[in-house]
Amino acid sequence: MELLAFGKTGWGDELFYATLMTIAVSITAMLVGFFFALIFTPLKLSKYKTLNLVGNFYTTVIRGVPELLVIYLFFFGGSGAIMYVASIFGYYEYIEINAFITGSMAIGIISGAYSTEVFRGAIQSIDKGQFEAAKVLGINKFGQFYKIILPQMLRLAIPNLSNVWQITLKDTSLISVTGLVEIMRQSYIAAGSTRDPLFFYSFAAVLYLLLTYVSMKLINKLEVRYSRGY
Amino acid sequence: MDFDLMITSFPKLVGATIVTLKLLSASLFFGLFLGLFFAILRLNKNIFINKFAYGYSYIFRGTPLLVQIFIIYFGLGQIEYLRTTFLWVILKEPYWCAIIAFTLNTGAYTSEILRSAFQTIKPGIIEAGKSLGISNKIIFYKIQIPIAIRQSLPAYGNEIILMMKGTSLASTVTLMDLTGVAKYIISTTFKPIEVFIVAGGIYLFMTFIIHNVIKYLEKKYSFQQ
Repeated sequence: MELLAFGKTGWGDELFYATLMTIAVSITAMLVGFFFALIFTPLKLSKYKTLNLVGNFYTTVIRGVPELLVIYLFFFGGSGAIMYVASIFGYYEYIEINAFITGSMAIGIISGAYSTEVFRGAIQSIDKGQFEAAKVLGINKFGQFYKIILPQMLRLAIPNLSNVWQITLKDTSLISVTGLVEIMRQSYIAAGSTRDPLFFYSFAAVLYLLLTYVSMKLINKLEVRYSRGY
Repeated sequence: MDFDLMITSFPKLVGATIVTLKLLSASLFFGLFLGLFFAILRLNKNIFINKFAYGYSYIFRGTPLLVQIFIIYFGLGQIEYLRTTFLWVILKEPYWCAIIAFTLNTGAYTSEILRSAFQTIKPGIIEAGKSLGISNKIIFYKIQIPIAIRQSLPAYGNEIILMMKGTSLASTVTLMDLTGVAKYIISTTFKPIEVFIVAGGIYLFMTFIIHNVIKYLEKKYSFQQ
């Protein structure tokens, strides 16, 4: 296919870099999501009603509102919010955040809401006896969580986290609206300049299928690794 | 906070919600039939039919909805032959393209939900029907389908909510649905937070309604203990 040739004549290298960009955004967003999950999972599991409310508010709002709307909020509101914070510290110049950061933050917050639910479910399905046994053995709170609960939780969480990863990967296509050159945006550019949208969008679909297929294979390996002994 | 903007944009956004609801109900209606059709194909013993149905659901679940809309809206118009057929009347309208894309997408997810529901039906129930001398066709329509629908209600409720969020992508093919109008107001007023609160509130309200309707149906059609 000459349209996919590398170099100046084709779109091969552009699409290759765009694919790397999609992977980079997905991984960053997933990590941002884990960070949010780390904050909000304890809130959802907390004994205090107000903290529960905060945790539930986050997951309900993000999971009930379209991803595109969240992205528009970040895209149009992001630099405004940063400038507002900067103005408190006495900095009044125009600040523009780049599309990569806006995109990964927006997708990360969405992904975080799903991860929170997954972690909450995984922790809740661990037998109460495990917590009690750890306590009885005199292991401190830190050790209880990192040595007893976390390893068991990961095994339960990985299948669902693989779903979250799929959702995150597919959601990154939406940040093409902010102009970040990932698979979708690059296909849009290529389709526009060659007047061959059918080919380029189908090719984009193939790239996404390839990404989901390969990541599924990798996650399955991870699943086997964490299920040793079961 | 610009409360005036919130109040003036509310009626516009509610008007746009009607477009969102139209897209949602049309794609769910067609998607349910498509999903049922492919779920039945998945249960077929013929390996080619089986693989075909699996391939359909794999492709549509493995690619972003945005790609699917773009292929149908921008891509299909490129085929010269299609422009001469009556299909072009439908395919030149972004509204119908969006509905086709949503239908195919939700059909893939629905087929998976229904397939797993069919597979969890206890063989004893079908055997009981057979021993009562009921024909296979009646067993399928009067026993298997109602049980499968009940089984799949919770998962299907999630799918409806996902699809409602999915309809926001219609705004990328020039349709003025709730997200489309919200984006338009944001880009003309540069007040993203206010518009987000109103538009997000409407979406959350719809999520709330769908969630409760499904919960009510689950209770109404729950198995007798």
